[in-house]
Amino acid sequence: MSKRLFVLVSLVIAASMLLAACGGAASGKTLKIVSDEPMTGSSLTQTQTIVNAEELRLAQANNQACGGKYTLSYEAWDDATAATGQWDGATETQNATKAAADKSVIAYLGTFNSGAAKLSIPILNQAGPLLMASPANTYPGLTHVAAGITAANEPGVYYPSGVRNYARVAATDDLQGPIDVNFMVSLGAKTLYILDDQQAYGKGVADSVAQAAKAAGINVLGEEGYDTKAPNYQALMTKISTIDNGNPPQMIFLGAVVDSNSSQILKDKVAIMGDNTKVKFMGPDGIFTQAFIDGAGATVAEGAYASTPGLAQKDLNAIGTKFYADYAAKYGPTNEPYAVLGYDLMNGLLYAIENVCKAGGDPSDRATVTKAFMNIKDFQGALGTWSIDANGDITLPYFKIGQAQGGKYVDYGTFSLKK
Amino acid sequence: MNKGLRLALNILIAVGVIYAILLIGPVASFDIPIIAGEIAKNPLQLVQYLIIGVANGAIFALIALGYTLVYGIIELINFAHGDVFMVGVFASLTVLSLTGTLNTTNPVHIILGLVLALILAIVICAVLNAAVERLAYRRLRNAPRLAPLISAIGMSFIIENIGLIWAGQSWLVPSFGTSGGAAQKNFPDLLGTMFTSLNLNQNLFTSSGIHLRITITGLIVIVLAGVFMLGLRFFIQSTTLGKAMRATAQNRDAAKMMGIDIDTVITATFLIGGGLAGAAGLMAGLYNNTAWWFMGFRAGLFAFTAAVLGGIGNIEGAMAGGFLIGIIASFSDGYLDARWTEGWVFAILVLILMFRPTGLFGEQVGEKA
Repeated sequence: MSKRLFVLVSLVIAASMLLAACGGAASGKTLKIVSDEPMTGSSLTQTQTIVNAEELRLAQANNQACGGKYTLSYEAWDDATAATGQWDGATETQNATKAAADKSVIAYLGTFNSGAAKLSIPILNQAGPLLMASPANTYPGLTHVAAGITAANEPGVYYPSGVRNYARVAATDDLQGPIDVNFMVSLGAKTLYILDDQQAYGKGVADSVAQAAKAAGINVLGEEGYDTKAPNYQALMTKISTIDNGNPPQMIFLGAVVDSNSSQILKDKVAIMGDNTKVKFMGPDGIFTQAFIDGAGATVAEGAYASTPGLAQKDLNAIGTKFYADYAAKYGPTNEPYAVLGYDLMNGLLYAIENVCKAGGDPSDRATVTKAFMNIKDFQGALGTWSIDANGDITLPYFKIGQAQGGKYVDYGTFSLKK
Repeated sequence: MNKGLRLALNILIAVGVIYAILLIGPVASFDIPIIAGEIAKNPLQLVQYLIIGVANGAIFALIALGYTLVYGIIELINFAHGDVFMVGVFASLTVLSLTGTLNTTNPVHIILGLVLALILAIVICAVLNAAVERLAYRRLRNAPRLAPLISAIGMSFIIENIGLIWAGQSWLVPSFGTSGGAAQKNFPDLLGTMFTSLNLNQNLFTSSGIHLRITITGLIVIVLAGVFMLGLRFFIQSTTLGKAMRATAQNRDAAKMMGIDIDTVITATFLIGGGLAGAAGLMAGLYNNTAWWFMGFRAGLFAFTAAVLGGIGNIEGAMAGGFLIGIIASFSDGYLDARWTEGWVFAILVLILMFRPTGLFGEQVGEKA
């Protein structure tokens, strides 16, 4: 009896292995792309538009690549938990490990937060390497050295296999700082107070701005981290209101993400120092989102500035303009700045896969796809003509600056360090 | 150990702690000469920080009362209490939205809306807190101490998630917008709107030329909190139920033998604690202008700290502890570096508990075998 059972079980196992093998052979035709971003929490207003844009680009290609030889499947993973309301290290590591183990995955599109990327790049680096491409990470240390901002062992520490497998289409904070400072100078700011949320990203941008401001001759009256869970910041704002011999600074820069109580900072600033024409207020891409304005209220937010990688609507090329029209037709109009970055990221990936096919390569091979993406040259995308440089950074150094007007961010213009 | 030796040891510890503060101080920007210079240059600012601290502290104190009442009676740290406060903020914001108060400038409408919001926030939070007790704690009343504690942490998570879902319901409150439940929501400055429409200035000192910012909202928060605290004190000291509560806190079994219905007393305690948290919710909303599903965690932590600081189970202690924490946090933000504020609050807590392990006013809990 037990012998029979054993035979039966063996047969079942053998059959299932055979089926699995067949499935494996058939899945040579299906390439899986996963996106990994916080889909729970206030970042959702930003990340949902990225996922929508990526799906839109895939739909435009009918989910096919190389003239129909391959089917592309897409899954949007979540690296946030409801308990924290933002990305979570354990979840991020788990997602990266899951992607590394699933052989059909050829590209990992993420992360949204630079801190999360620090965890997943090394895992994926040792899995093929599997291509990781981010629409949103702006922390410089992931790809290159930036004096005064990155740590001594960066970026080498993220690439244990020695091969680069990480690229991004967002310009980095070592550019964002100087661009923001140039803009503040153009607003006539001579004194500046800098606050940060004490996180890798927020403190990184704040440091970058502080460095650039000192170089530009702006008097930095103070740099201070704040407690992101305090009920309010009235005492802090009272102190800042007399910091310059009894006068407030002309400008306040906030290095933070929207989850870091940043709308409360703006509220207390406005309550104590007046509206945003009196003491001007600026923040980085972390607060360039509708959630920031909703949290602060339209009246309080009015006139606040924020910068983010990408181009202002009026500076988009035909592809970019068409993208926003297509997006509006499918999901409703958006002015979230990351949408176009998500679109062009998928755009670049499809281009890389086509290049692999043209060269006679196998797009189900991770290393080949990684190499093809890292070698993108002069690609005509929605952001303009771009390449990926040796570090994995996009060659477009553009940031757009927006201003809150009537409860929405309105594009103010596109800025870069090149004159 | 004899008395002299103990005193000597205490002095030695105190010297050690003070030395450590002076040593670490400059790192945490605790630079006495600079601070003294700032105070001398602008003494009014000291008053300003004090006022901010008192207003924030009043809200901590109201929440702290809920912790201390419950702990005094059943010796349970009700971790869900901070989250009940958060529900108070959302409940009042929802009531204000449903009554159209958020979009009006009519002073009468605003006052009526606020009064209704206050009453409903109190009722909702009182019922919620009592329901939590009935569902999660009552069956565990005679279980080992850890069981209800874990149960309380669980309830805290459940209520936080209710807040998370609530904040996503923009059909209920249109001003929540489309940014999802986890984002912070704006709680409009209704009193400011009201005073503007009456052509009055929110700030009491604007016209006098004194650089002091005392808003009517802040004043109302402080006064209202004071009224609730005095009311509670009167209730505990002078009413039959209050006396029954005190008796239950002192000795539950003896109170039962005297014919006190323990379950009723405990339910009443949770109702009162929840009601105070609800009132604190509306006040915090009006004062900070923010509603956030996670705000109960920090408020709860500080309020619990306040209760311990004042002596847990002791009502005056909880009030004093709340004000003290508000003032310490405000001074740290103002004169030191905001980065270290949390650190200072807890450093001072440790220092006080080292010398007065039962808190400033002493613990008041029952003697149980």
